[in-house]
Amino acid sequence: MTSTTASADPGERTARKGSPGAAREPRRTGRIRRIGLPYLLLLPALVLELLVHLVPMVIGIVMSFKELTQFYIRDWGAAPWSGLGNYRMSVDFDAPVGEALLHSFFVTVCFTLLSVGLCWLIGTTAAICMQDTFRGRGLLRALFLVPYALPVYAAVITWVFMFQHDNGLVNHVLHDQLHLTDKPSFWLIGDNSFIALLVVSVWKGWPFAFLIVMAGLQNIPRELYEAAALDGAGMWQQIRRITLPSLRSVNQVLVLVLFLWTFNDFNTPFVLFGKAAPEAADLISVHIYQASFVTWNFGTGSAMSVLLLLFLLVVTGVYLLLTSRGRKTADV
Amino acid sequence: MSSTGQAPRSPMAPPRSFLWSRRIFLTLLAGFVLVPVYVMVSSSLKPLADVTGKFRWLPSGLTVRPYIDIWSTVPLARYFVNSLIVAGAATLCSVVIAVFSAYAVSRYNFRGKRVFTVTVLSTQMFPGILFLLPLFLLYVNIGNATGIALFGSRGGLILTYLTFSLPFSIWMLIGYFDSVPRDLDEAALVDGCGPIGALLRIVVPAATPGIVAVAVYAFMTAWGEVLFASVMTNDTTRTLAVGLQGYSTLNDVYWNQIMAASLVVSVPVVAGFLLLQRYLVAGLTAGAVK
Repeated sequence: MTSTTASADPGERTARKGSPGAAREPRRTGRIRRIGLPYLLLLPALVLELLVHLVPMVIGIVMSFKELTQFYIRDWGAAPWSGLGNYRMSVDFDAPVGEALLHSFFVTVCFTLLSVGLCWLIGTTAAICMQDTFRGRGLLRALFLVPYALPVYAAVITWVFMFQHDNGLVNHVLHDQLHLTDKPSFWLIGDNSFIALLVVSVWKGWPFAFLIVMAGLQNIPRELYEAAALDGAGMWQQIRRITLPSLRSVNQVLVLVLFLWTFNDFNTPFVLFGKAAPEAADLISVHIYQASFVTWNFGTGSAMSVLLLLFLLVVTGVYLLLTSRGRKTADV
Repeated sequence: MSSTGQAPRSPMAPPRSFLWSRRIFLTLLAGFVLVPVYVMVSSSLKPLADVTGKFRWLPSGLTVRPYIDIWSTVPLARYFVNSLIVAGAATLCSVVIAVFSAYAVSRYNFRGKRVFTVTVLSTQMFPGILFLLPLFLLYVNIGNATGIALFGSRGGLILTYLTFSLPFSIWMLIGYFDSVPRDLDEAALVDGCGPIGALLRIVVPAATPGIVAVAVYAFMTAWGEVLFASVMTNDTTRTLAVGLQGYSTLNDVYWNQIMAASLVVSVPVVAGFLLLQRYLVAGLTAGAVK
């Protein structure tokens, strides 16, 4: 990046302009390439998205109609067709597979709503608190971004250590120091695992909301506040009447992005609980991973993935329709 | 746009009630953020007895032993190099590709533009688990057919990771390029620059904060990914995300070493991020948050 900055110095450009051949050459090829150029520029991105996202997705959809067990994994094309069998199995909520999927779906929805709500609330409050300058603001801002910058596995593994039953900080504080619990609790198995997952997810996720809202706050013209102050609006009224309404379009994007990331998050539960999450914190990504790679039923796993994608498409579509920003984004 | 921080909100002094609530909230939040960081740092300097017994806020004795042992308990150096190669290459490719794509979308009108942006952006919502197995099968098949080893190699991982950050990067750079006045690169075209020349000489330098922001994001995405790293690597290509699991054996969990290793793998990204965070906010302001 610095090298391109350096090459843009005026001396080089005048030298280029000075030689007549060099000046005519790019203009001619420019005209020829003008029609095809945008496509040429997009080609690498398009090829990669096709190869890594769209083609595998099509394969995944095909797989969801097959009886794909470990016997066929070497030659998956040879697996027998099962029609809608995998789908029927996934949505048969009276049978174990469907029941577990439905449960996992509810856990994921509850978890996502809580996590996104808390991340948004904390991030927005922190950003508004730090809109004005005060001593130590720069330091605090850097500190707040640390959870976001830490690699997931390093951060989550620290939480795993803190949630340990015998030698963890959480039990030490709650039980030994504050005497809030009768005996040390288990955090990574049983019902408490939902709380543990939520805490880690919020700890890791709120700085992103903070970052985006901070960026959004920079776009609010100072004159708005000055006018409001002249009219006698206090700080709280300014926040309610100016800051929050101005953040509306930023929030619409932020909430959607947070929702998709949290809903699809695999890394956090996987590092926190390992391959099999406890029932109370059985997020859908890990559930599908387990259905595919631990019980070796890839067909059913694929069917579940397709159902998940359909759900996300519907939610995103409805959300985009309901928000004005959606219309703007779709018109890019 | 000011690069130093936000515009001050109010010309008047904030009321006392606001100052007090702010003080309490920010203190609690700083505590919430800091406790795990403190645990990571302090535990990495504790002897093993301290981390296997009851938790203690202060170590019984300071030792740098964990920092020496981490390199021999697991081949951490090799994982480190692997992660560096994979994340570095993925970042470089992702940024270059995103710059070209965003330039095309920002500066040209062409058929299929909307289809392209919507398609690329919607890949952002695919859960990784959806294409893990198909991609695995695809890489194995490509390997069998052409002899290009994608599965288990760093190349395959680079290819996968660079597409993860691509949609967000393209989206952010479109916004950023749109904010660079069109007159600038049109003037360059009149001066005899080709379109690529105008991009590299005018648009890219003007959009440096946005590009840095995108690069930071791409690097962090690749450095922190766990799922594909654990399925698509073997003994020689394993990255840090998987390698860190090697510190727990059947009998012992070397928590002090795990914390030391976590710290060692975090320091480069956190330091880089904090140095460049100003660009990130500036980049987001012009890009994502229009």
